[in-house]
Amino acid sequence: MADTPILLREQQYHQIKAVLARLRMDAAARVVFLVDKDGQEIATMGEVGNLDTTSLASLAAGNVAATGGMAQLIGEKEFPTLSHEGEKESIHISVIGRLLLVIVFDERSSLGLVKLRSKQVSHQISAMIHEIEKGDYDDLESPFAGITDEDIDSLFR
Amino acid sequence: MTFINYASREINCKIVYYGPGLCGKTTNLQYIFDSTAPQSRGKLISLATETDRTLFFDFMPLELGTVRGFKTRFHLYTVPGQVFYDASRKLILKGVDGVVFVADSQEERMDANIESLYNLEENLKAQGYDLMKIPYVLQLNKRDLRNIIPVSDLTSELQRKGEPVVEAVAATGQGVFDTLKAVAKQVLTELRKG
Repeated sequence: MADTPILLREQQYHQIKAVLARLRMDAAARVVFLVDKDGQEIATMGEVGNLDTTSLASLAAGNVAATGGMAQLIGEKEFPTLSHEGEKESIHISVIGRLLLVIVFDERSSLGLVKLRSKQVSHQISAMIHEIEKGDYDDLESPFAGITDEDIDSLFR
Repeated sequence: MTFINYASREINCKIVYYGPGLCGKTTNLQYIFDSTAPQSRGKLISLATETDRTLFFDFMPLELGTVRGFKTRFHLYTVPGQVFYDASRKLILKGVDGVVFVADSQEERMDANIESLYNLEENLKAQGYDLMKIPYVLQLNKRDLRNIIPVSDLTSELQRKGEPVVEAVAATGQGVFDTLKAVAKQVLTELRKG
């Protein structure tokens, strides 16, 4: 079945950011971000600067989807981690349930350290995702509950 | 799949442009990109072959504005239209909130339209969606060409569920924003239902 929407409470969002901030320090990474498998950026921490994180999130998800497709063709469920090493900048991606943990790092860190730290934090992130998914959101009023046709039309003026 | 962030007050939705090869999916995105203010959109990412055929997907984030204090952002994707890229098409439909089917109005592309529409239904099913239930718009593109099929014939052949049908010439922008508006409206209306 199709995944249910992700609804992120303010407190959960700050918890995630705190975990990413810690990971970024421990892994000596440039940027750490959490993306869902459909390419939506959930949270980002680090030296973002001019980095186009929205596009990076979408391409990371495309990358995981494509390699996941290859994995299935050779009889694997998925490839749980992907690494791309450049001359100066590198990217490490780990699949954690329906989310992707993407770490951008440079020569201040190493692939080994990044792999180790992301593995260490994956259980914590996994537990947070579980909490978000099983959460009761009845108290959260949908911002669209009272939306009118006029509100929608106003977006296109 | 919609993502609502109550902390940053943002809503992100995913819209996919589907259709046969060379029907004008990328042209739709390119026109939206060219005619939108830079602060409202991100980069247009095109994963294309050297001959500009879409290899994996095109992607463009578009911010439409604020509704009830929430920033409303649409992530627009296209799929590769060529038949043999089916594995890629399946992947891109994952988490989709709304679909635009771009039909090529030329007579000789009718079979390709039908095949692609059937493929869309199958691939949606594989991802757990039902075409009859998701926000959906049919765009009849290339209405400026000579050898085109009348709108009534195309509609009776391709319309699935009374979805909005928009006549378009994506290259000049005719119907491009009407199509986007029609699908976005349905996606937001779905969100209202909760």
